[in-house]
Amino acid sequence: MLHLLVFSVFGLVCVAGAVNLLVQRHPINSALSLVVVMGSLAVEYLLLGAEFVAAVQVIVYAGAIMVLFVFVIMLLNAGEEERTKGSRVAMLFGIPGMLIGSVLVAWVLLEHSGTGNVATGALPGPPKVIGWLLFHDFLLPFEVTSVLVLIAIMGAVVLASHPGSVEQRSTHEDKREG
Amino acid sequence: MVPLSYYLVLSGILFACGVTGFLIKRNIITIFMSIELMLNGVNLSFVAFAAQWHALSGQVFVFFVMVVAAAESAVGLAIIIAVYRTRETLNVDRVNLLKL
Amino acid sequence: MGIGTFILVSIIKIVVAIGVLLTAVAYTVWLERKVVGHIQNRWGPTRVGPFGLLQPLADGVKFIFKEDLIPPHAYKPLFIAAPMIALIFALTSISVIPIGNWITVFGIHTPLEITDVNIGLLVVLGITSLGVYGVALAGWSSNSKYSLLGGLRASAQMVSYEISLGLSLVGVLILAGSFSLRDIVDAQAGTYWGFIPRWNIFQGQFIAFFIYLMAAYAETNRIPFDLPEAETELVAGYHTEYSAMKFAMFFMAEYANMITVASLATLLFLGGWHGPHRFGPPLLQAILPVFWFAAKIFAFLFLYIWVRGTLPRFRYDQLMAFGWKFLLPLAIANLVITALIVALRA
Repeated sequence: MLHLLVFSVFGLVCVAGAVNLLVQRHPINSALSLVVVMGSLAVEYLLLGAEFVAAVQVIVYAGAIMVLFVFVIMLLNAGEEERTKGSRVAMLFGIPGMLIGSVLVAWVLLEHSGTGNVATGALPGPPKVIGWLLFHDFLLPFEVTSVLVLIAIMGAVVLASHPGSVEQRSTHEDKREG
Repeated sequence: MVPLSYYLVLSGILFACGVTGFLIKRNIITIFMSIELMLNGVNLSFVAFAAQWHALSGQVFVFFVMVVAAAESAVGLAIIIAVYRTRETLNVDRVNLLKL
Repeated sequence: MGIGTFILVSIIKIVVAIGVLLTAVAYTVWLERKVVGHIQNRWGPTRVGPFGLLQPLADGVKFIFKEDLIPPHAYKPLFIAAPMIALIFALTSISVIPIGNWITVFGIHTPLEITDVNIGLLVVLGITSLGVYGVALAGWSSNSKYSLLGGLRASAQMVSYEISLGLSLVGVLILAGSFSLRDIVDAQAGTYWGFIPRWNIFQGQFIAFFIYLMAAYAETNRIPFDLPEAETELVAGYHTEYSAMKFAMFFMAEYANMITVASLATLLFLGGWHGPHRFGPPLLQAILPVFWFAAKIFAFLFLYIWVRGTLPRFRYDQLMAFGWKFLLPLAIANLVITALIVALRA
């Protein structure tokens, strides 16, 4: 009973945050509602027993990736969105389409669910066991993702740097001193 | 005791909101955030199924999704900054010609 | 115990913890003003009450009665919400910090903390990561160039040093084998040869302690890392446009963060509440761990204030270079060496 209550409260907060992301015109409001969605998803993970995943969701997703988004919104001084012709067409077809699609999927899931109940803390995911899995069964994907992150760091630094600043810095300094 | 289908419906709603945001929004950063919302919906269904089938690999896979999402948002935001520097706009409707 | 008793006990613990924390914040401000004053060869507050002890009360009254200005083109919702976000996250981290052993009061057997979570250390790290939002949003919503620059610099600094902070703690985790703060402290019980305590700082985490110290100074934006809020550089950084109660909330959040960081250092490196306690009546034996905990936090805060009065501040590029090019490789090296030693010993 309490499980259902907590699930519904935080599920409602998730959905409200997601809808708020769509409705808000200023990107900073959308970013903050996404942070709220991620926080309530962390609570949902705790309800399913995935404690380490919930903590990592807060630390990495809500505490680092979304901070990156907020930085970019602040740096680029993103203003409110304008209504163009393309956006009106997209809203006219997109919103009813997605509503119909999601209602269909939800109906199928609820009707033909032979999937049973999930108890609170159904599958405890303590950090020890997850660490064991990560470094034994999933070692290759782990190493590959670390290389992926390295490539992403290099790519982001190169893409966001000022044009010509990475290679030509020494020639600029020579020209200034000469 | 919450039926598994409730978790899946919540995940589906989040994914649907993400797709809707991707289609109707014109600010490129908001489109990016809708992609993150879709990834979060998928993470929830991974964890829900892991709980149902008692397979911890579902939770481990969520890590990989998060790592990939982090890498992708870093590179994507760098691209957005580069686009803003040349075109001075964040509206996707205006970034429609190869010529500046 | 039944669920009603549990909720009642938790509410009492929360009220007591918040009350003690806010009083501690107010008197940390007093301590700082006195100590920095003496370092600078002057008295500090002496007029309001004996030794200036009622100065925090006078400050509180001043903050309540000051005019609350909102700049004309500031983004109002976030301008008002940012100090609240900063203060909420600063106060929330006390919920997983244990201050003593289990005690029995009126027949109720309860631990001296609000809740013991298996992932307590990760909860504190998560709340620290979320605390960046208060700073970033305050800087942006003030619509002023000093605030924006100060907010961006402060949040970039906090995010950079969070990594070294987390990595320096992994050595402690390897030694203790659990994320729960109570288990980590219990692994430091006992002494060698009767008088050298088995604290983590003596168990080989000496370098980790110093990495943690420096990363903590940077996380809480204190000297020598306080460029984002230095008066001579950026007026007041991200809280330039704030006045009265909102500024007081930022102030309280900063000192509450200091106390949180100090208590985490005490729990992880200095043995928490363990100290000589096998003497005296049973009532004293129950209270003594709390006293040792408070004494260690006081020592750590004194070190904070002492460093503030003594060192000059880093330039921003020196600060970022120090965090990324020195502390991070050192923390990784510490982690590798600790893991190697533990693996070879087992």
